[in-house]
Amino acid sequence: MTKATAAIVGSGNIGTDLLYKLLRSDVIEPRWMIGVDPNSPGLKRAADHGLTASAEGVDWLLANERPDLVFEATSAYVHRVNAPRYSELGIQAVDLTPAAIGPAVVPAVNLGEHVDEPNVSLITCGGQATIPMVYAVSRIVPVEYAEIVASVASPSAGPGTRANIDEFTKTTARGVETIGGAQRGKAIIILNPAEPPMLMQDTIFCAIPGDADTGAIAASIKEIAVDVAAYVPGYRLRTEPQFDDPTPMSGGLARVAIFVEVEGAGDFLPPYSGNLDIMTAAATRVGEGFAQRILAERA
Amino acid sequence: MSYSAELDVRVTDSSLRDGSHAIRHQFTVENVRSIVAALDEAGVPVIEVTHGDGLGGSSFNYGFSAVPDQDLISAAVATAKQAKIAFLMLPGLGITDDIRQAADNGASVCRIATHCTEADISLQHFKVARSIGLETVGFLMMAHSQPPEVLAKQARIMADAGAQCVYVVDSAGSLIMDGVSDRIAALVAELGDDAQVGFHGHENLGLGVANSVLAARAGAKQIDGSTRRFGAGAGNTPVEAFAAVTERLGIKTGIDTLKIIDAAEEIVAPVLTNPPALDRLSLTMGYAGVYSSFLKHAEIQAKKYGVSGAAILIEAGRRKLVGGQEDQLIEIAVGLAKVKR
Repeated sequence: MTKATAAIVGSGNIGTDLLYKLLRSDVIEPRWMIGVDPNSPGLKRAADHGLTASAEGVDWLLANERPDLVFEATSAYVHRVNAPRYSELGIQAVDLTPAAIGPAVVPAVNLGEHVDEPNVSLITCGGQATIPMVYAVSRIVPVEYAEIVASVASPSAGPGTRANIDEFTKTTARGVETIGGAQRGKAIIILNPAEPPMLMQDTIFCAIPGDADTGAIAASIKEIAVDVAAYVPGYRLRTEPQFDDPTPMSGGLARVAIFVEVEGAGDFLPPYSGNLDIMTAAATRVGEGFAQRILAERA
Repeated sequence: MSYSAELDVRVTDSSLRDGSHAIRHQFTVENVRSIVAALDEAGVPVIEVTHGDGLGGSSFNYGFSAVPDQDLISAAVATAKQAKIAFLMLPGLGITDDIRQAADNGASVCRIATHCTEADISLQHFKVARSIGLETVGFLMMAHSQPPEVLAKQARIMADAGAQCVYVVDSAGSLIMDGVSDRIAALVAELGDDAQVGFHGHENLGLGVANSVLAARAGAKQIDGSTRRFGAGAGNTPVEAFAAVTERLGIKTGIDTLKIIDAAEEIVAPVLTNPPALDRLSLTMGYAGVYSSFLKHAEIQAKKYGVSGAAILIEAGRRKLVGGQEDQLIEIAVGLAKVKR
């Protein structure tokens, strides 16, 4: 069966982990790995797996090749420059940076709405891990406010994330609202240096009406956890959802607290970096959605 | 070398910030006005006013503020005659927009806190703070958890980013005497004239004043405390005791000892309905090296799930949780309750 062709732009850790996931895909053929440093180990790995690897950046790619899809794993700044060039050439882009140019996509929630978009954003790792849960609650009861706390192991937070941590909190909070369905969203990220490194752990707090059907909310949460685990095998609930009555410290709001953790598949990055794994896994799932549409049109 | 021609060390009173934990972030504008007026009159040079977890701390995870931070900051600025008003912010929790807003409201000292191995998440915040003319202070939290040389390297990152002073922050109240001196000396050696060094102590092992004096002797130019120990865990270094001790030792702080003793007794104590105590839970925190702000959260979860608060805190220490991971205490309590059943 023919596959849609894809280029990975950005040969760092994320791009390399993504490579291994795409190599397993039934509908995507990763054919190019693009970097800017000839000594990048990611380029060498890609070449070893039969990809065409270039250290001459996107200029080389677009001058010489026409992938169906591009996965961008560079930085927000670089993607802002590259995005219009892809769309001009009709190349669909899956954006793993926090650039947030195209509509935000969380596969378990809204992939179906965006398979025709020229560019989609994967928001942030914290967003991918938590927005499905906000959605799980907001599809049952109105959620006036939702707040997520993402704890990640220090070694899994790269220099880009560290230098722009405000982008993480703002982009994630927006996704909690627009895709999660909360009226107001807030995001918190904590880096923990413990050794051995902790798995990515996320807590999702949603305000719920005082008379909410807690059984229905809990069932919805469990259902979404299964949906996400279908493309992120290490995604799981740590414990039952916890319900609390309103107090002054809770701002007078009743709430549900949901605890998840994400263990990475260990394709290239270590299993504790579930925060990175969920991004490459979500990118793969989104790319496959694009590829299926492209292949259906060709058939 | 002194802080300035007049002061050997400059004291920042954190009653209205670290103290926010002790009353679960329920400060009123009136509380702020009365405490700022009293501290200002006593000559306290800097008064910190914010949610206990800094700007943006008002949340499910840390507890919602009764009054928005920015309103409390405005009230403090309007009340203070000589004291500078400081605020705290934690990158990852607050954002640079919050810093700008606090500056617009008249605050003049921006204190930016990270876990003591994660200084490089504060770069964009120091840059903004300096660009709008704020005085800057960096906070290396949970400083007991790292050796002096690691802290010194992290302090260098903050100083290079624009911090004018970097604090060794004993968030767990776990540092003991020489442990303070060694860390302060390492930062002083690293930073030289590039930035000052400060110390923020807690009372979980009963050492706040002693540790702060040792910090000053090792070269710290800024020292934090809270009147009446108004802070997280067993509370902070009591400013009124620190003023008395430093006066006796001939270390100039500019604080009028008798006036601050009166302010502590007459103005601050009545606001402290549930004073910090060196009790089982707070002592456990100092002993196990647990973030002091976890105290009230551990108490709440212990009560809700019928488990031991000390057991929650010990597990938090075992998991090496850092400041900000209050959510994990719920999951720990749920787990302990399951084991109990």
